[in-house]
Amino acid sequence: MKTRKSLKIENISLIIACILFVCMFIAGSAVYDHFGSAATFLNLFNDNAYLIVVAVGITFVLLTGGIDISVSSVVAFTCVFSAYLLEKGWSAVIVIPLVLAVGLFNGFLIGYCVQEYRIQPFIITLASQFLLRGMCAVVSTISIPIDNAFYKEAALNKISFKFGRTNAKLYIYVFLALCIVFLAYYILKYTRFGRTVYAIGSNELSAGYMGLNVKWVKIGVYMISSFCAALGGIIFSFYTLAGYSLQNMGMELDAISSAVIGGTLLTGGVGNVLGSVVGVLIQGVIQTIVTYQNLNAWWTRVTIAALLCLFIILQRFISIRADKQKGKG
Amino acid sequence: MKKLTQKMEFKPFCVLVAIILICGVISGGDFFKITIVEGHFYGRLIDILRNGSRYAILAAGMTMALGTGGTDISVGSVMAIAGAIACSIVDGRILGGLNGNVFVAVLIALLAGALCGAWNGFMIAKLKVQPMVATMILLTAGRGIAQLIADGKIVTITSEAYYNISGGYILGLPVPMFIAVGVVILFLLLTRSTAFGIQVEAIGVNPGSSRLAGIKVERNLWIIYILCGITAALAGLIESAGIKGADCNNCGLMIEMDGILAVAIGGTSLAGGRFSIISSVIGALIVQTISTTIYAFGVAPELTRVAKAVIVIVVCLIQSQAFLTQVKKIRIGKAGKKEAPAV
Repeated sequence: MKTRKSLKIENISLIIACILFVCMFIAGSAVYDHFGSAATFLNLFNDNAYLIVVAVGITFVLLTGGIDISVSSVVAFTCVFSAYLLEKGWSAVIVIPLVLAVGLFNGFLIGYCVQEYRIQPFIITLASQFLLRGMCAVVSTISIPIDNAFYKEAALNKISFKFGRTNAKLYIYVFLALCIVFLAYYILKYTRFGRTVYAIGSNELSAGYMGLNVKWVKIGVYMISSFCAALGGIIFSFYTLAGYSLQNMGMELDAISSAVIGGTLLTGGVGNVLGSVVGVLIQGVIQTIVTYQNLNAWWTRVTIAALLCLFIILQRFISIRADKQKGKG
Repeated sequence: MKKLTQKMEFKPFCVLVAIILICGVISGGDFFKITIVEGHFYGRLIDILRNGSRYAILAAGMTMALGTGGTDISVGSVMAIAGAIACSIVDGRILGGLNGNVFVAVLIALLAGALCGAWNGFMIAKLKVQPMVATMILLTAGRGIAQLIADGKIVTITSEAYYNISGGYILGLPVPMFIAVGVVILFLLLTRSTAFGIQVEAIGVNPGSSRLAGIKVERNLWIIYILCGITAALAGLIESAGIKGADCNNCGLMIEMDGILAVAIGGTSLAGGRFSIISSVIGALIVQTISTTIYAFGVAPELTRVAKAVIVIVVCLIQSQAFLTQVKKIRIGKAGKKEAPAV
């Protein structure tokens, strides 16, 4: 009985998120024609594959109790830089590992500054956000189209499913995103690294006393987050086939709110990546409804922010209740 | 003399003077030229004072938020909201009954800023959300709200009284400067003549023990974020008066970085604790001087952002004790190696 209650914190939030998703989808289907179909559902994955990858990456950082707001700039920089290099005639085989390495290196620098120099994560990632956003503009201020055979191949290859009369499709890069999700799930659940992430999030000091390698795991989570952002950037460039220096402004909020809606506590230690995926899907539904309703695109942002507030408040109440129960026990 | 050099304001002030002197030498004296046209002063330095006052006002509020170990990155969006509200009222689009009364418009815009600040305060003080995340919600949602207020358009206005907030002159000097000086004096009175300043520092050092010591942490956080909202709204009014309209997409875009930069250059620890509003104002003037000169020398504006980010990182590293000891170790190591053969 007692263990069930303490486990509930992440589950309540996740269950609410799942119910919310199903309700919104059903509500959308009831109100609009052509909404309730497998095509719409699969399009949620097609349109948000990059966000899924980024949200999974940021979940690692949030689980340690840190924060990374540089992800949107990493995504933008990856797109712009790879578009620029491809335009110069570089091969995709070189460009993709190169931009992934840039992401990893950025994550390493952030992690090192946070861990070794004790700079607060938000300030160093804010600086990194501006640095990379500025670098985007230095590379190019105008949108660069991508005209590379491999990128086009990756962008257009899809698998079609037949559901009755409707035709639904899933692009190849969605599978890449799903692979990342399952890999991340496995790492968090079954490896020493993953368990250390949770231990640091619960109590960094005691994790250190237990002899866990706090230093490298903390640097590691920032590297994972930044790497996932770079990978998300590549998927995004498959999706748009262009690189523009002002794209994905404010995407860090989308990624963080996905994780929070999916049950990750901002104080760290609680949550998992599957919840983050559900969070992304909820945002996808909101976006679809806003598009169907033909509203100003800013409504999406306002709704997501409101939803994030709601879930943060919910988390507060749940954790206050959990604390009280602990006190009783 | 020694007392003077030990003051927190001393270092940034020297940097400001040095930068201005360097700019003056490079530009061959053009930089210092101040002409009087129709009883108003004109010149680079006056431009810096006029444009820098926006940063100075923002930095004054931001200093206190950072002093408590928090932050407010929603200032840019609050600026956009304040600008959108004020311009819409002056234009008569909303609250037409006021006939575009500028005074009331300004008052309502400031009130809206205070409301945004109160929202941040509620999230941070009451719900104990990290300041970063709490203000980030307003950062992204706020710009959307501003868009909805302005109906997605750039609201342009034609009100001489409203222009004067940014373009007017008192005694030949630009109006924003007087606003900035007023705000800074008020903040100085608040933090230096009352216990409030020390309480803010205490919260920054350790919120838990401050509460145990009897400081009303929650109430102080509310006040700080509300003040932050009001200063941001004020800066937004100056900006929108400067461009004679409200551009919700670009008003105060990424200005939070400049605010944090100004505070960091001023020497206030970004981890909370010791803070000085005067230092931050000097920091704001340094930021503005750098921006103005970079533009004047024809360097691409994109590079400014990169340069500012690098400066913040460097300042953070200098403030970091661990970094300094590491550098010292390397230095000692090198010196030791050099001395070794001699022995």
